[in-house]
Amino acid sequence: MTEFYQALLAHSFLQYALLAGLLAGLGCGVMGSFVVVKRIGFLAGGIAHSVLGGMGAALYYGFDPTLGAFITAILAALIIGLVSFYNQEREDTLIAALWAVGMAVGILYITKTPGYNTELMSYLFGNILIVSPRELWMMGLMDIILVSMVGLFFKQFLAVSFDEEFAALRGINVPFFYLLLLCLVAVSVVLLIQVVGLILVIALLTLPAAIAGQYMRTIGGMIVLASLLGMAFSALGLSLSYTPDLPPGAVIILVAAGSYLLSLLATRLFLRFKTRFPSTPKNHS
Amino acid sequence: MTPESVIQLEHVNFSYSGQPVLIDINLDIKKGEFIGVVGPNAGGKSTLLKLILGLLKPTSGRVTVLGDRPVVTRRHIGYVPQYPRFARDFPITVEQTVLMARLGMTKWWGGYTAADHRAARQALLETETADLQHRRLDSLSGGQLQRVLLSRALACEPEILILDEPTANIDQRVETEIYDLLKRLNERLTIMIVSHDIAFVSAYVDRVACLNQTLMVHHAAHIDGNLLDQLYGTHVHAVEHLHD
Repeated sequence: MTEFYQALLAHSFLQYALLAGLLAGLGCGVMGSFVVVKRIGFLAGGIAHSVLGGMGAALYYGFDPTLGAFITAILAALIIGLVSFYNQEREDTLIAALWAVGMAVGILYITKTPGYNTELMSYLFGNILIVSPRELWMMGLMDIILVSMVGLFFKQFLAVSFDEEFAALRGINVPFFYLLLLCLVAVSVVLLIQVVGLILVIALLTLPAAIAGQYMRTIGGMIVLASLLGMAFSALGLSLSYTPDLPPGAVIILVAAGSYLLSLLATRLFLRFKTRFPSTPKNHS
Repeated sequence: MTPESVIQLEHVNFSYSGQPVLIDINLDIKKGEFIGVVGPNAGGKSTLLKLILGLLKPTSGRVTVLGDRPVVTRRHIGYVPQYPRFARDFPITVEQTVLMARLGMTKWWGGYTAADHRAARQALLETETADLQHRRLDSLSGGQLQRVLLSRALACEPEILILDEPTANIDQRVETEIYDLLKRLNERLTIMIVSHDIAFVSAYVDRVACLNQTLMVHHAAHIDGNLLDQLYGTHVHAVEHLHD
């Protein structure tokens, strides 16, 4: 680890990588909390995987893969969101189909793109070590979008996540805010793909928020703690991967999963301890 | 002068994929009334409420709330749903839940205003749950949760209160407390309550609407065993409740 810190001071690519991890951690905490409480992890996974289609097409036609990812993610979010509103029975099937079709289209484009394709692996599993300053700016911009939209419409997002029927009765445009929420999830997916790749995105989107949910009373609290955890996991995963020269994305995910497991065990043990030695008398009302 | 109508249903029919659920419903609820809707399961009680709340449209006929279409006027209705539609372990406090009532009346961006917090506080005081305001919702008992959901409906500053089986999952002592509270609220609000417990309800309400696809309205004083037999088709035990 000390080797990593010395290298961090010496190499700008590592500084960029660390910064990318921190920016991604923020996004995963903000949107991951909504994904976890609304239980749309599978939906987020569908968006993430379908994105390969857009990245492949972008590569083939020669424009920015991140832009391709962004457009596909938003499109996938809108399609899934509209279908889940007007034909709920089909939502599951549709997500699975988009998931696979996106990847199939992506593979076709990538294999037909002339030249040597190192891109595929970094799309699938991320490559935080080759992040450019321009990509960092884009990640920062995506974080600003996420934080400001959630800040502006927190009430509405909370109401739509909690009780759609009541929100509608209070005059909230539920379809609009649900679709907006899904679009923001799509933005966070694109943000996280830069770091851990599209296959591993769901883990980073859900694990820090799930841990935070074990300790926090509100979504607001979850967002703050999950963001801090996301940043910590990214930084820790990156530093652990450096000396043995492992892929950082995979190490980051394993750090997050390990922490989730530990946290789960700790809260279970604590609960057992509390029921055996209750500190407050039981409430009888 | 007769009191004004707040809810009117005129020849309302509703069918669900060709299957009639409600047939020629006529109902006129006056301002200040306390009306109970009883009837067997699948008799259309929840459908009737959804029509009044504008969540469903009638197949034919007309529903009017406060003189206009429900979609326009439903923000003046405080609604307490039967089964909470949310995940019970949702990370949210009592106060945040009640504040949701203010959504249509507050600024569109950012947090809630001081006036919203005052209204929520007032509603919590009214249902005697102000001491729970910082508790997480999933730490409440059934009776406490029901009171909080009633607070959420009151924080809408409604003219009409509609409750769907508000005491389905709570014990009798709390049930009596909640009905006594509703009786007090009835001094300023029109209340419509759906229940399966006709004998219990008839002790509190002015009129009972018996709903089994069709609707018959009776004055609460006239409820007896014969009527129950007619409504449910078989003999039903009416358990007499004593209230002290």
